Amino acid sequence: MADKIATRISYGETLVELGKIHEDLVVLDADLAAATKTDMFKKAFPERFIDVGIAEANLMGIAAGMSTCGKVPFCSTFAMFAAGRAFEQVRNTIGYPHLNVKIGATHAGITVGEDGASHQCNEDLALMSTIPGMTVIVPSDDIEARAAVKAAYETYGPMYLRFGRAPVDVINDFEGYKFEIGKGVKLKEGKDITIIATGICVGNSLEAAKMLEADGISAEVINIHTIKPLDANIIIESAKKTNRVFTVEEHSIINGLGSQVASTLGENHPVKVTKIGMYDVFGESGPAAELLVKYQFDPTGIYNQIKAKL
Amino acid sequence: MDKLELQKIANQIRIGAINAVHCASSGHPGGSLSAADILTYLYFVEMNIDPKNPKMDERDRFVLSKGHVTPGYYATLANRGYFDVSELATFRKVGTRLQGHPAMQYIDGIDMSSGSLGQGLSTAVGMAKAFQMDKKSNRVYALCGDGEIQEGQIWEAAMFAGSNHLDNLTVVVDNNNLQIDGSIEEVNSPYPIDKKFEAFNFNVITIDGHDFDEIAAGFKAAREFKGKPTVIIAKTIKGKGVSFMENNVAWHGSAPNDSQCDQAMADLMKGEVA
Repeated sequence: MADKIATRISYGETLVELGKIHEDLVVLDADLAAATKTDMFKKAFPERFIDVGIAEANLMGIAAGMSTCGKVPFCSTFAMFAAGRAFEQVRNTIGYPHLNVKIGATHAGITVGEDGASHQCNEDLALMSTIPGMTVIVPSDDIEARAAVKAAYETYGPMYLRFGRAPVDVINDFEGYKFEIGKGVKLKEGKDITIIATGICVGNSLEAAKMLEADGISAEVINIHTIKPLDANIIIESAKKTNRVFTVEEHSIINGLGSQVASTLGENHPVKVTKIGMYDVFGESGPAAELLVKYQFDPTGIYNQIKAKL
Repeated sequence: MDKLELQKIANQIRIGAINAVHCASSGHPGGSLSAADILTYLYFVEMNIDPKNPKMDERDRFVLSKGHVTPGYYATLANRGYFDVSELATFRKVGTRLQGHPAMQYIDGIDMSSGSLGQGLSTAVGMAKAFQMDKKSNRVYALCGDGEIQEGQIWEAAMFAGSNHLDNLTVVVDNNNLQIDGSIEEVNSPYPIDKKFEAFNFNVITIDGHDFDEIAAGFKAAREFKGKPTVIIAKTIKGKGVSFMENNVAWHGSAPNDSQCDQAMADLMKGEVA
């Protein structure tokens, strides 16, 4: 397994890579370039980097306007402000006219860490998924993040990409890995239960599956990197095989991955679904690694939660 | 185009706006009438546009930041030839392209969807920034309401426009002094509007928004001013041209009944003869 890397760094580096090829790519930030890693693009292409200052509503509007004048804007701030503060701007000014704006939201979930609950957005997937025509992507590691940013540039339409602050293991460095928007990835075959995870929870779910294996429980692990449009087929197929599904996300269990999986299965192949996530609570300050343990997103935490519900 | 011709066009636009609102039994006549002369000048004189080629790259852009005055806006687009005037009768009806607030996905010629107040100006600023980056000569115009500038996002956008020296941007504030809950001073005064924009590094011009000589001079001065965006504060009368709607906030967002519509048309026809 390669070194850990935060997906926000993958994002920043890929923007630079794309910027070298595509003159129409512009990057906008709201005074968080050093944190969102768009400062890499700023350094490489200062003339195509725009800092709007601490004004996230305006960030979205400016990106929308630029997109109608031949630019492909990637705009960044923390998930809390992109999806939360600027929700209505994203909904009305980017989503409703279906503009080609890419929102690169970093510092999502509790792994923001020490900044605490005010900055830990566990609601962004729910908010962004309700906007008609919005694509919502949560990469699970460095490799997937890079592929997602490239796919976002290549695919017309409004898109929300969720990146994390904390370094995560590289898990997609295997032969035949392919990223396709809207297509889930089966990372491990299993027959007793299905674990469907997204973002940083994918790697930890794989580890949890190994621990379950030692107990004689064969767990299938599916990476859903695209929350919307959701890959219903891969979910239904696996549920038909195992008839027991767990979802794992660093997000509220209300209206994130788990809710969408449950709703898809409810309509197509009803089986018991257990949602692992933030249980309708705010996060808190602390080092990311310790918070993952406290809120049971580490491999042992996921393993224990699954065992308790089996 | 001389002043008399512009007045006649503006009158047609007012007639179209009232008809649209009457047909829909819904919509915003007051602000449509206050903005009608500004819209006329923009679409018939000022802007580099071609209704036959509504998406041409070199066109100037317009954002109706006060997105509720679609009756006036659609009547302007129709009279300018973007679509047939008869389509105004479909305004706000199920299946129409003429949505309650501007929706760019339905009509080529609408440069930006808007309606949620405060958001349009940011998009205009984004367009102006894109043209500035590409050293293009396209100009960008945004029409804001004087109540609308109570929205904080207007000032986020204004700060960025001033800070980025977007002299290709002209913002018009339709200063008719009324908003839904009363006069803008009673509700939450944005005055002094000129000093506020000055402080945000704008070139500020104040005009009578119903006098085509002043409107022409204002836009000319804005075009020629370098180094700063311009705001034109247009002093207007809400409901202008329809006697019983003038300066009456009740007509912000309500439709005339049949007899009121007849009376409005009679008022506007007088304008036709003159």
